[in-house]
Amino acid sequence: MKIFSFLLGLIFSAGALAQQPVKIGMSMPQTGSLGAGGQAALVALRMWVEDVNAKGGLLGRKVELIVYDDQTNAANTPGIYTKLLDVDKVDLLFAPYGTVPTAPIMPLVKQRGLLLMGNFSFQVNHTVKHDMWFNNAPWNDASSWFDGWIATGQKLGGKTIAFLAADQEFAQNLANGARELAKKAGLKTVYDQNYPPTTTDFSSLVRAIRQANADLVFVASYPNDSVAIIRSVNEIGIGNNVKLFGGGMVGLQFTPNMVNLGSLLNGVINYNTFVPGMKYPGIDEYFVRYQKKAAEAKVDPLGYYITPYNYAMGQMIEQAVNATKSLDQKKLADYLHKNEMKTIVGPIRYRADGEWANPRVVQAQFRDIKDKDLEQFKQPGKQVVISPEAVKTGEILAPFEKARK
Amino acid sequence: MLGCFYAAVSIGLSVSFGLLDVPHVAHPAIMVLGSYCTWMLSVRGWDPIVAGVVLMPLFFVLGVLIYRFYYEVFEKRGSDAGVRGLAFFFGLAFIIEVGLILVFGVDQRSVEAAYIGKSFSVGDFRIPMRMVVAFGVALLLTFSLSIYLSKTFTGRAIKAVAQDEPALRLMGANPVRIKQWAFGIATAVSALAGAMLIIVSPVEPAIDRLYIGRTFCVVVLAGLGSMTGTLAAGLILGVAESIVLMQLGASWAPAVAFSLLLIVLGIRPQGLFGR
Repeated sequence: MKIFSFLLGLIFSAGALAQQPVKIGMSMPQTGSLGAGGQAALVALRMWVEDVNAKGGLLGRKVELIVYDDQTNAANTPGIYTKLLDVDKVDLLFAPYGTVPTAPIMPLVKQRGLLLMGNFSFQVNHTVKHDMWFNNAPWNDASSWFDGWIATGQKLGGKTIAFLAADQEFAQNLANGARELAKKAGLKTVYDQNYPPTTTDFSSLVRAIRQANADLVFVASYPNDSVAIIRSVNEIGIGNNVKLFGGGMVGLQFTPNMVNLGSLLNGVINYNTFVPGMKYPGIDEYFVRYQKKAAEAKVDPLGYYITPYNYAMGQMIEQAVNATKSLDQKKLADYLHKNEMKTIVGPIRYRADGEWANPRVVQAQFRDIKDKDLEQFKQPGKQVVISPEAVKTGEILAPFEKARK
Repeated sequence: MLGCFYAAVSIGLSVSFGLLDVPHVAHPAIMVLGSYCTWMLSVRGWDPIVAGVVLMPLFFVLGVLIYRFYYEVFEKRGSDAGVRGLAFFFGLAFIIEVGLILVFGVDQRSVEAAYIGKSFSVGDFRIPMRMVVAFGVALLLTFSLSIYLSKTFTGRAIKAVAQDEPALRLMGANPVRIKQWAFGIATAVSALAGAMLIIVSPVEPAIDRLYIGRTFCVVVLAGLGSMTGTLAAGLILGVAESIVLMQLGASWAPAVAFSLLLIVLGIRPQGLFGR
């Protein structure tokens, strides 16, 4: 009788477990500087949840996404992730969008030995060296961003460089990498200034860059700053000597910002992760679905920059769980390290540090952009890829002042 | 010019906090609400400054209603009104912020006008027109409020209510109505400051958080309730921030406002222009 009760209990508890959803927890900047990108990314993640649940979920259990708004505030994320782990008891973790909100949770996930799917962070695992970190962003080191940018500048005869970077984790990581690369390339730094993230007006900084008379101007900024810097450059002018301007400006990839800035973007050469014309299996269908949902959710109407990579993050977890038939974080991490992932942004293979083995970040120049025209950004040719060489779609137009006209 | 802009965004608070002693931490949020209302009129072809001026009477009414609620629920009931009022205004700020997110989303909004995106040159030195406009409006706003507060009966009553409420009552004026009127003016001024905010830079619903510390700092640095002092304090803060940014580095710039505040309060507790 006792054995019968035990077996019955076992069957019922196994049944109950099967009914429980697989909980995936994360914080996402839904307000603040990264809010626009974060809300668009959430639309993509929810699309993946919908899709995976339509296929029966993970290990026969429905997937549930638990999300909190971190307000783009790094101080909020450790508390949110502790709650996700200790109160919500999530099975898996996705990182918040961006370097700044992600950096403070790295010690926590390393200490607890947890798998963390990174979300467009730059070098947050550089010093932590967590072996269960996997970034969905198509880059690895600073060289994956700037080798082509700097080489293009040098081809144009550039010998001097100016740096302008926000005084926060992402921009400093990026700018430090770019500084080293510039030094290696033999470029002379004629201006190097960090600015506080609370800066409202960039006139005096742009004026100082203009006076420095640099050949190349590298900027690492967050969305609100990027828009303000472009406006100030338009008002103050950056000087006739400048051959390249841009590099690491977050926010110039968001459709609302592109539409708002319009022709002011012309000539800027900035990093991007997807520009119209790039082809991956399933990506066109994804954008058709995303754009319909984005219109309903009033978020980035095109969603080229971050959203497909968020969908891909879900696809990678799905592939790893289905292959290992487990939610064991060590097994999943092991699988992600050893196998190529098939996603809507193409195949992804990871290096030991959890960054992409074959980065695909591009530097593209805005061309012939008109004011107040969203549709133009769907066309190839409005963002001409100038590096890397393998995916180049055109030659650079320089100097910057000429390209702006 | 940046300093004048700081003064313009602080001047409403100088009335509500400086003169009325109301812990109005929702002031920057109301200003951002003004920016979004300006944006709504701007996309219909209105000039942002004109839109800001047109919005002032509506915001005046909003201010009167907010104060009336604050008075009935908190101020009227006792001595701990300040602390509870602080919670009320924090709540109000969050409601405004979340409301803006629900209605407009989190994307940045900006306006267009003939003077935005243009600059004029003095030799090789270019000055953005939007900052000149903000500078001009800030000056106009400061001097108009100064004259109103010193030359009109209601203005003097507003100053009096800050100094001696029972005495004002003995003079036959109703302090609550005077405060209500003053809070309305402070909120109306926020509408114009909001218009200037969206002229100077694009706005998003959470941008008010950037201004909470700065505006309170300017008002206290100036000396509570001093309009010309607010202008001077804004200028000092703007210049000091720029110098520190260039000379000491970016990390020190956000500390400028509060360092200045500590130094000034240490030497002159009533603020630079306080009596």
